Amino acid sequence: MGLLRQSEKLGLPLMNLVRFKGMPILDQLNLEEKLLRTTSDNWCIVNDGANAPTVVMGVSGKPAELLELESVIGDNVPVIKRFTGGGTVIVDEGTIFVTLICNKDAVPKVQPYPRSIMSWSGKLYDEVFQGIGDFQLRENDYVFGNRKFGGNAQSITKDRWIHHTSFLWDYEDRNMTYLKLPSRAPEYRSARDHTEFVCRMREYLQRSAFIDKTIKALDNYFMVQPATPADVNSCQVAKFAHSTRLLSKQELEDACSSTKPGTIAQSASI
Amino acid sequence: AVLDGLKYAKSHEWVKHEGSVALVGITDHAQDHLGEVVFVELPEVGAAVSQGGSFANIESVKATSDVNSPVSGEVVEVNDKLGEAPGLVNTSPYEDGWMIKVKPSNPSELESLMGPKDYTKFCEEEDAAH
Repeated sequence: MGLLRQSEKLGLPLMNLVRFKGMPILDQLNLEEKLLRTTSDNWCIVNDGANAPTVVMGVSGKPAELLELESVIGDNVPVIKRFTGGGTVIVDEGTIFVTLICNKDAVPKVQPYPRSIMSWSGKLYDEVFQGIGDFQLRENDYVFGNRKFGGNAQSITKDRWIHHTSFLWDYEDRNMTYLKLPSRAPEYRSARDHTEFVCRMREYLQRSAFIDKTIKALDNYFMVQPATPADVNSCQVAKFAHSTRLLSKQELEDACSSTKPGTIAQSASI
Repeated sequence: AVLDGLKYAKSHEWVKHEGSVALVGITDHAQDHLGEVVFVELPEVGAAVSQGGSFANIESVKATSDVNSPVSGEVVEVNDKLGEAPGLVNTSPYEDGWMIKVKPSNPSELESLMGPKDYTKFCEEEDAAH
């Protein structure tokens, strides 16, 4: 793709670009779900770093299976279950989030199904990372070579979809120890532990350069227009029942107990 | 596959009216496009559903996808097997992978749905457009 003439861009759908820095991930997810379900606009949300280390599981995640619960509980790490699918990540100020919320007909040739959306996102980021590392979309992850630096998740409604990504611009090795090796993992992972499986985007490009290149790539598909937090607030409905939630300490302790030998096994109905 | 005797919604759910109850699930087209289903979240018995409204979530690949009810009414039964075997939605979307049974509040809503031939054509046109 490349440069489009202004006249060609006039036929493109609008996309509101909202930028945050250090927004708590729970607030970000609640905002995203609300914009997905209660507005009819296209949105790009960029959150340059979460505010504190937080575990974020997908909609069907089971803490006992995915987390080293004794450490998580002992270190008071918050655990969130989000409204989208996919796996478990630990996010902090070194994580950059890019979220796309689109009407189902916004991007030509993209159907509102997981693989179609994922494939298009791979093309978008091909443009962002052109000439940088050996970038590819590999089994739903963004990788340099065989090392993951971007994890994806989606939610699809009747007429809209969201595709959001957590990019590991940087991370603390220690934080990765809160996560177990998941039973459901991509083949290319080859049972590697976290430190051998992931990589840091900071080794490939600057933080601001990544965000600028992403916005520029979106320009090929949308008329991107900046929106302020006030713009975001003005188009939201007053009441909305979020499905993303923070798990309670009791829930985590119950899940931890269920993994100990000698206790009655209970399925974590979380 | 598209079966005779069912009605179909544009959001790719099917409904089978059996006496006072309507059986609901997602179509073969939908399960094929969604990919391997790993989790199904169903409503409680007694919940109200409305035509075109979301009543369930399916997780596949990295996505949760809404499932929308083709008819309005009250949920009278849910398919408990999908908790342990969500893949039934892929392997048997019209039979063992059924999702809910609804007591319809407005059976005339069925008339607004597509028959098998119209639904087949709808799917072909939708795929061709992409």
